[in-house]
Amino acid sequence: MKILVCISHVPDTTSKIAFTSDGSQLDKSGLQFVINPHDEFALSKALNLKETLGGSVTIITMGDVSVEQTMRKALAIGADDAIRLDAEPTDPIMVAKAIATAINDASYDLILCGQESIDYNGGIVPGALAALLNAPFVNACIGLEFDGSAITAIREIDGGKESVTANLPAVIAGKKGLVLESELRIPNMRGIMMARKKPLTVVSADDLEALSAAQSFKKPQAKAAVQLIDADDMESLVSKLHTDAKVI
Amino acid sequence: MVLVFAETWKGQFKKSTFEAVRYGASCAQMAGSHCTALVMGACDNPSELATHGAENIIHVSDAGSFEPHAFAGTMADIAQKDGAKALVIAGTSNGKALAGILAIKANAAAISQVIALPESMSPLTVERSAFSSKGLEICASKAAQTVLTLIPNAIGMTEVSPGAGNLQSAGMSGTALAVPGEQTVASGSIPLPEAERVVSAGRGLKAAENWGMVEALATVLGATTACSKPVSDIGWRPHSEHVGQTGIQINPQLYIAIGISGAIQHLAGVSGSKVIVAINIDPEAPFFKAADYGVVGDAFEVVPKLTEALKKHFA
Repeated sequence: MKILVCISHVPDTTSKIAFTSDGSQLDKSGLQFVINPHDEFALSKALNLKETLGGSVTIITMGDVSVEQTMRKALAIGADDAIRLDAEPTDPIMVAKAIATAINDASYDLILCGQESIDYNGGIVPGALAALLNAPFVNACIGLEFDGSAITAIREIDGGKESVTANLPAVIAGKKGLVLESELRIPNMRGIMMARKKPLTVVSADDLEALSAAQSFKKPQAKAAVQLIDADDMESLVSKLHTDAKVI
Repeated sequence: MVLVFAETWKGQFKKSTFEAVRYGASCAQMAGSHCTALVMGACDNPSELATHGAENIIHVSDAGSFEPHAFAGTMADIAQKDGAKALVIAGTSNGKALAGILAIKANAAAISQVIALPESMSPLTVERSAFSSKGLEICASKAAQTVLTLIPNAIGMTEVSPGAGNLQSAGMSGTALAVPGEQTVASGSIPLPEAERVVSAGRGLKAAENWGMVEALATVLGATTACSKPVSDIGWRPHSEHVGQTGIQINPQLYIAIGISGAIQHLAGVSGSKVIVAINIDPEAPFFKAADYGVVGDAFEVVPKLTEALKKHFA
């Protein structure tokens, strides 16, 4: 099975997010970047499928040369090769079109994505990519099986689960559950050494038009300090929730 | 014209659908146009959307089970025919499945995680949540059409005048590419992404059999129960209850966190809550920095007292 995994390069979850003083963009100084957590599940699932079925796992990421450290980590975890789309990912439709163009004649059987990136939280790219490729699409995927001809995916619906079957090629946007957290793969020393020699192709992608643009960023208003309530006086908490907060 | 995807569940509209229709009606008012609601599949009373501001209600009764390509294709065709400039979707699981496909089929920009009414309808400019609630972005569309996906519960029911609710029927024009199968849905409680009140507990509860008091509190509040990641990883509660960055993201009015330390991965999934109450025996728990109200105390004593106090309040 020929698998493509879309990887986003995002600030580590525990990062303190700050914006440049003019509010035009994320202040990247001092930030640690990682593989988007949802994409880690997609990558581990792809590697499991490859081990069972044979084939290859390619990763694709959009960004400038600084994203290559994250891509090398994905290669160290076990992906075979990588494509970097050389442009700043400012708009999800632009990203999806760039991916669709870059893989146009590569005929991947399965495209696995995290359901959203934890930076801009768009969640648009996987579905847009499925539409561009005219391929079946499953989002919020928490389980995936392949029986030799078709896939059966389990997706989260609000308050429950749904199973979906589809033929390949298909686009899957998934999350924790694609594999268990304990099954997430981490790079070992041999993987890290091998990753340096694995092919990483750079494809120009700056000719695509962004359909949306961030005008400004700011931090949400800081919460007022917590009001501590005496543990023996839950009546007072109930009264505050009713009278001040108006939530009950 | 503003076109709203009016999602149903077992023939009934979801609360997030009313929120989305009202949002669409408010956008239409700003733009001096009207709001059309698109209902796909079985629906007991499509006309109900008029009170939420729908001028027109298009019902595609033969839509069948939700399949994103089929639904998005049909919605894009209707949007094109009627010249819709804004396509509004509640960001439910199905809504999110629809958004990206719809944007391509409708030749539209896509702005997701929307948390406010637009600042401008032309060009469509709107505030969205980013960086797992750690940032706010003003995003402007550069396309003639824009798909807006709303975070459920984040905007609330905007004030609108009722619409005429002209009911029309239409057929499916989109093509399904996958086959939806069996659904398993937990009965009883409101799904977490839609819940207005959520009661959640963590490792501080010490064992799975101690969840009775959490459920008792949730029952009094009419709340849905949730849990932290460690609790679902140990298997005390199902994964479907895990709220946090890699679990479910919620935006309730009231979130009560019991015995949860408040790790940043947890906060990433719950900080959209309007009011947060943290109950923890450790006064240094990071959750107290993110909470509105804090109770430092033993959950096994505090929670039953809170339940009793609420019972008296609601009596």
